[in-house]
Amino acid sequence: MARAWQTTSDPAARFETRAATREAPWVKWTLIAIALSFFALFLLMPLAAVFAEALRKGWAAYFAALVEPDALAAVRLTLIAAGIAVPLNLVFGVAAAWAIAKFEFRGKHFLITLIDLPFSVSPVVAGLVFVLMFGAHGWFGAWLSEHDIKIIFAVPGIVLATVFVTFPFVARELIPLMQAQGREEEEAAIVLGANGWRTFWHVTLPNIRWGLLYGVILCNARAMGEFGAVSVVSGHIRGETNTMPLQVEILYNEYQFAAAFAVASLLALLALATLGVKAWVERHAGRASRTVQDDASS
Amino acid sequence: MARTTRVLPGFGPTLGLTLTWLSLIVLLPLASVFLKASSLSLSEFWNVVSAPRVVASYKLSFGMSLAAAAVNGVFGLMLAWCLVRYRFPGKRLVDALVDLPFALPTAVAGISLTALYAKNGWVGQYLDPLGIQVAFKPLGVMVALVFIGLPFVVRTVQPVLEDLDIEHEEAAASLGASRWQTFRRVILPVLLPALLTGFALAFARAVGEYGSVIFIAGNIPMVSEITPLMIITKLEQYDYVGATAVAEVMLLMAFALLFVINGLQAWAAKRTGRDR
Repeated sequence: MARAWQTTSDPAARFETRAATREAPWVKWTLIAIALSFFALFLLMPLAAVFAEALRKGWAAYFAALVEPDALAAVRLTLIAAGIAVPLNLVFGVAAAWAIAKFEFRGKHFLITLIDLPFSVSPVVAGLVFVLMFGAHGWFGAWLSEHDIKIIFAVPGIVLATVFVTFPFVARELIPLMQAQGREEEEAAIVLGANGWRTFWHVTLPNIRWGLLYGVILCNARAMGEFGAVSVVSGHIRGETNTMPLQVEILYNEYQFAAAFAVASLLALLALATLGVKAWVERHAGRASRTVQDDASS
Repeated sequence: MARTTRVLPGFGPTLGLTLTWLSLIVLLPLASVFLKASSLSLSEFWNVVSAPRVVASYKLSFGMSLAAAAVNGVFGLMLAWCLVRYRFPGKRLVDALVDLPFALPTAVAGISLTALYAKNGWVGQYLDPLGIQVAFKPLGVMVALVFIGLPFVVRTVQPVLEDLDIEHEEAAASLGASRWQTFRRVILPVLLPALLTGFALAFARAVGEYGSVIFIAGNIPMVSEITPLMIITKLEQYDYVGATAVAEVMLLMAFALLFVINGLQAWAAKRTGRDR
């Protein structure tokens, strides 16, 4: 009797139905059992534990922890930081992908490596670089304090650190996609008399919309969840410079575990929503856009 | 090669914007690390980066990152294999959740893993009677790094496994090879570059990881302090130069890894005939 999961539309069917590419059932099920146990231990249980711990003291305490003024301030700051960082990196990502995918020039590979750089830098170092530039003892520290501008231990520093760590996401997603699509369609539009903007809006954008959406949601997830870089530049001033992940840390270090996990559960829901959109986008755009580089992000 | 006639507009502005934004946000700030560290003489720099507590943190960071990447190399390959080759219930959900470590904020992962592996946690309560302590020990660092690194291996190996030519395996089978022989002699050599790339990506990420580790590590000097934490500790003591020196070591390490990973990816592309 065929069951729902034994569908032939699953690409794995082509391996399972041929004697040459099939393992004995006991091998198959042993491998699945080991792989899924590992999956449950390292991915499923940490996710479940967030919600279990958040609800340990009941729903009333859960919601009370969420509407607490410092928690709300943290949510607001997280939304502000992501609301600035994501659009900035969206514009940059589209521009970079246009220049790299549609034109030939020297040093292109090197430029792509440089764009990827923030992925290889430890978040702590990412925060440190802005302290070195704008902190009290930094390059611009004296000038900033003369003009009474605060960047470090204030919102601008948090936004800067967030922009840094989310810098490559959109570009990384669009460059391979636009390279694969070539430039014939755009060239045709230009030859037929459309200007550059029109060509972009009506020819390029419809072709890249799924990849763009995917890049933006990954960028947003990282922007809202960044901890290390933001922690260095924040100064941890309650209600002022605490983002949600920092609020989680503070509550946790004060042994307010249920409250810490309550705020953490919001971030976990955001992560689940991100993965949901990602799965949905992948089904719409096909698996073609999935490459190593896409996923080797964050 | 610059083409003499460009049909498409916008090369100048988009490349200009790219280079400006890249310089302002990434290159200039990173350069500040090297500038600041250069205010130390070579011997001073060496004293900072070879202090016993810092060296202990390198050993922990590198050792645990290697161990975690190795664990992920084995189980990540197994998971990718099952996702590509077998049909089983709940597969779509598993496939989607593999990316959880990319999407879940590291601080959330950190406190959750700590709760799981504490003495009274879901997992810790069974390990404690066996004398195995994970939370607040170096082993806890490894557990967090396994969590962080898993998707790198799975997502690097998975597409290569999907594109594998069935004909090679059929040829091996027709020549009398067992499945295990076919895996070792035919499949693994093709997978190896991708597997090593995934391993290196997981390792590179693990070395710099901070959020998920500090909660579970216990942060005991000389025992369970990771290198990024050394930067934070020095910053908290207003030792900016010291923090920068350690950061420079980490940056040089990251650049070296980037170089290795680029090489591995080029090798993988060549071995599998895939375009990067």
